[in-house]
Amino acid sequence: MAQVFGAAVKRREDPRLITGRGRYTEDVQLPGMLYAAILRSPHAHARLVQVDTAAAAAAPGVVAVFTGRDLAGKMGTIPTAWLPPDSDIKATAHPALAVDKVRYVGDGVAMVVAENRYAARDALDLIRVEYEVLPAVTEQEAALQPGAPLVHDDAPGNVAFRWRAGNATDEVFTQAEVVVRQRFRQQRLIPNPMEPRAAVADYNASTGELTLWLTSQNPHIHRLLLAGILGLPEHKLRVVAVDVGGGFGAKIACYPDEALVGFAAMQLGRPVKWSEDRREHFLATTHGRDMVLDVELAGRRDGTITAIRVRNTANLGAYLSTAAPGVPTILFGLIVPGPYQIPYAAVEVTGVFTHTTPTDAYRGAGRPEATYLLERMVDLFARTIGQDPVAVRRKNLIPADAFPYHTAMGLQYDSGNYQQALDKALAMAGYADFREEQARLRQQGRYLGVGVTTYVEICGLGPSQVAGAVGFQGGLWESATVRVHPTGKVTVFTGTSPHGQGEETTFAQIVAAKFGIPVEDIEIVHGDTHRIAMGWGTYGSRTTPVGGSALAVAADRVVEKARAIAAHMLEAAAEDIEFAEGQFTVKGAPGRKASFQEVALQAYLAWNLPAGMEPALEGSAFYDPVNFVYPFGTHVCIVEVLPDTGEVKLLRYIAVDDPGPVINPMIAEGQVHGGVVQGIGQALWEGAQYDDQGQLVTGTFMDYALPKAHFFPNLETAFTETPSPHNPLGVKGIGETGTIAATPTVVNAVLDALAPFGVREIDMPLTPERVWRAIQSGRDSA
Amino acid sequence: MEAGKVRVSLEVNGKAYTAEVEPRLLLVHLLRDQLGLTGTHIGCDTSQCGACTVLLDGQAVKSCTVLAVQADGGRVTTVEGLASPEGLHPVQIGFWEKHGLQCGFCTPGVIMTAVGLLQDNPRPTEEEIRTALEGVLCRCTGYQNIVRAVQYAASQMAEADERREVAAAETE
Ligand code: FES
Ligand code: FES
Repeated sequence: MAQVFGAAVKRREDPRLITGRGRYTEDVQLPGMLYAAILRSPHAHARLVQVDTAAAAAAPGVVAVFTGRDLAGKMGTIPTAWLPPDSDIKATAHPALAVDKVRYVGDGVAMVVAENRYAARDALDLIRVEYEVLPAVTEQEAALQPGAPLVHDDAPGNVAFRWRAGNATDEVFTQAEVVVRQRFRQQRLIPNPMEPRAAVADYNASTGELTLWLTSQNPHIHRLLLAGILGLPEHKLRVVAVDVGGGFGAKIACYPDEALVGFAAMQLGRPVKWSEDRREHFLATTHGRDMVLDVELAGRRDGTITAIRVRNTANLGAYLSTAAPGVPTILFGLIVPGPYQIPYAAVEVTGVFTHTTPTDAYRGAGRPEATYLLERMVDLFARTIGQDPVAVRRKNLIPADAFPYHTAMGLQYDSGNYQQALDKALAMAGYADFREEQARLRQQGRYLGVGVTTYVEICGLGPSQVAGAVGFQGGLWESATVRVHPTGKVTVFTGTSPHGQGEETTFAQIVAAKFGIPVEDIEIVHGDTHRIAMGWGTYGSRTTPVGGSALAVAADRVVEKARAIAAHMLEAAAEDIEFAEGQFTVKGAPGRKASFQEVALQAYLAWNLPAGMEPALEGSAFYDPVNFVYPFGTHVCIVEVLPDTGEVKLLRYIAVDDPGPVINPMIAEGQVHGGVVQGIGQALWEGAQYDDQGQLVTGTFMDYALPKAHFFPNLETAFTETPSPHNPLGVKGIGETGTIAATPTVVNAVLDALAPFGVREIDMPLTPERVWRAIQSGRDSA
Repeated sequence: MEAGKVRVSLEVNGKAYTAEVEPRLLLVHLLRDQLGLTGTHIGCDTSQCGACTVLLDGQAVKSCTVLAVQADGGRVTTVEGLASPEGLHPVQIGFWEKHGLQCGFCTPGVIMTAVGLLQDNPRPTEEEIRTALEGVLCRCTGYQNIVRAVQYAASQMAEADERREVAAAETE
């Protein structure tokens, strides 16, 4: 049989999805189903004087209307699940519907449940709300000013928490040969998976069981949190999320809306469906990034970087979303030294409440922000000391023989060959030739630039002990059950919850390789808390390193039992049994053999098993990884900037990523494509904007620019494969590398093109207007 | 008929339907909620994402921007009706072969858009494909494999046409 691990196997999830037979939450139709709609605050900050629902309740087709007061005592508030240690965090309770005050545009005020979606939406217009509008503050530094409007009375100064880590002291900077300082703004982004959030709830009063179909990246976490909020015993709540239309972090959080849908179904005894429209997604689904970063880098004239420190003022929005506090602290701070040997590093974070939509994880979550500032600083440092930015990177990269490598932030990097990825990317890009070409074209008044990013990311979040130590209120291990049926067909249950990443295929490849059976004989089950024992979901590029490793361990357990049965069948010692290509053979006697399927059948017939062995053939693992994993790579971008219009033309984009052994190159490449395009989206087009009153002025696809097909050249991708010693498959992760590397790569390329104009910084996104203005001010000061 | 409702008759994927609808009902809601054809998705409220694209009388249209009453007497093809008894449509095959989808949510609309494109322009260049995708948004794939999928479908359809022409020439 051809090698299956590492092959570009076509996706097993595709046949249903290309024929319209997927089952997304919004596709669930139940008899007698009602539709919910949520009234959202049009004000960023206001006191709720009165909410009059009488007219809405009397409207045709309306079954019920709920306000915040109706929930009191019947439903819990929405919790935060990440409390960084030593951070003095103020985890202010988030009521599912506002009671006294609304705190951002989009905050829920009332919920209507009606016979159809149109009636529900109509009735929202009949709810009369009297608001006493209060001053609002949307920007984090403004919110820290004395006298700024307070978001929560119990969070003085709007400080949600302060957190610091690292070993860099003032002395390191005062004694440095060179210090480079720069402020960066990580603009706020809006995740925008193409499937809006949705929920369908079905309550059976006679069994006390609630089934919730959810757009979820982590059904078991949702079950755990929602059981608490709804006051349901955990075993009576079933959360189902089979087909989920993308998440990018936005479907990790536990939101008020989904809890309300469950509540309504329990109250009314009929199934209830709710789905947000895109406008609601913009307002009421978590946003990402939004940090102000003050950075200092110390180094020597020879190009050695000696220290880096960062002050991060992070905008958390009006409430602390589920994982929000972990993003600007742990996920951001620990990776600040990146792939370089920097002996000193320090991070200081202030988490700030504002009257805006809560922020939380967005593809990369903390690591793109850290990588952005580091890569921008390396280029600025190179410019300051008059060296080539690639030469500076080369000088500081951790050498391949230095792994495992202990960083200034206390991490232990597993494995790497950063130079190899860099060399490969530079060769693909023709870097040396480009520099000549660039100089030549500049003579003709054409401005080309190149950006090079060398990055490392933390992923494969786990082990659980570390999760606890960093304040994550959950475990980060993963479960897998491999059930071999009597015919040798296999059902796999995974606690991860893929939603586009293709693990129905890659996980089947892992098992097919272990058992020597066709991929078609294996079915991967995910996204149903009643079928899967437990799991922590899909985010942080943990699915394959943690969930895939759980699967590998479970499959090995199956092989061991099968080997014992085969030995018994073949009347040989287990040590003498070899297993390859789906056949158990006796060493030295190739004629004596039993197939995987024959052994499976014997395991179930159980007529003649080894003494004391239980029947059946199934293996489970609850796998806690020994440590994080650290994918790395080099991305290169070549741009041309048109000085008369400020337009940035992407000429080439090269990505060389090292995710460890690649299970399916076609799928891995797809992950890189998607991530890079999202990362470039942040660099060039995407950005949320609030006005002074706290209105989101980028609240539709007309005002918030999502990348489109014709914005891009063909991306050139390649992999290097350096196994991680931290898990049995050696795999790292590939889902987030694009958003981590692409943003600084493109911005550095643009600034390289604009070097003749003396432009040092442009706030993202680098729209033509901003680029043009930067060129003009460069020209003026020249 | 219920007050305020109107009757629409239309053919969807080769089957005749009659429904009583509010005049404001969107075609996409008729397809999804009343006919149970949930393959057509809704991804926005400003006619920009294209997740809802279907063929109406052979033209690719955004069914979130068409009233059900406007489709009265019309012929609608959704992603569920694209495959023939002989198998998947070449565009569907292209998406499978070339990994043109990840989460799959945009996919039905993108596939129908591509079908519309290849009807008008059977041999599009890469640039023409990217331009034709102006009206769809995909957040997962970065579009590159969607472009490859459409190229693959175009070449398959061209080959099939050639085979048909050769066969026709031989029978003459
Ligand atoms: S749902 Fe029709 S264009 Fe977005
Ligand atoms: S495949 Fe997910 S939006 Fe296109």
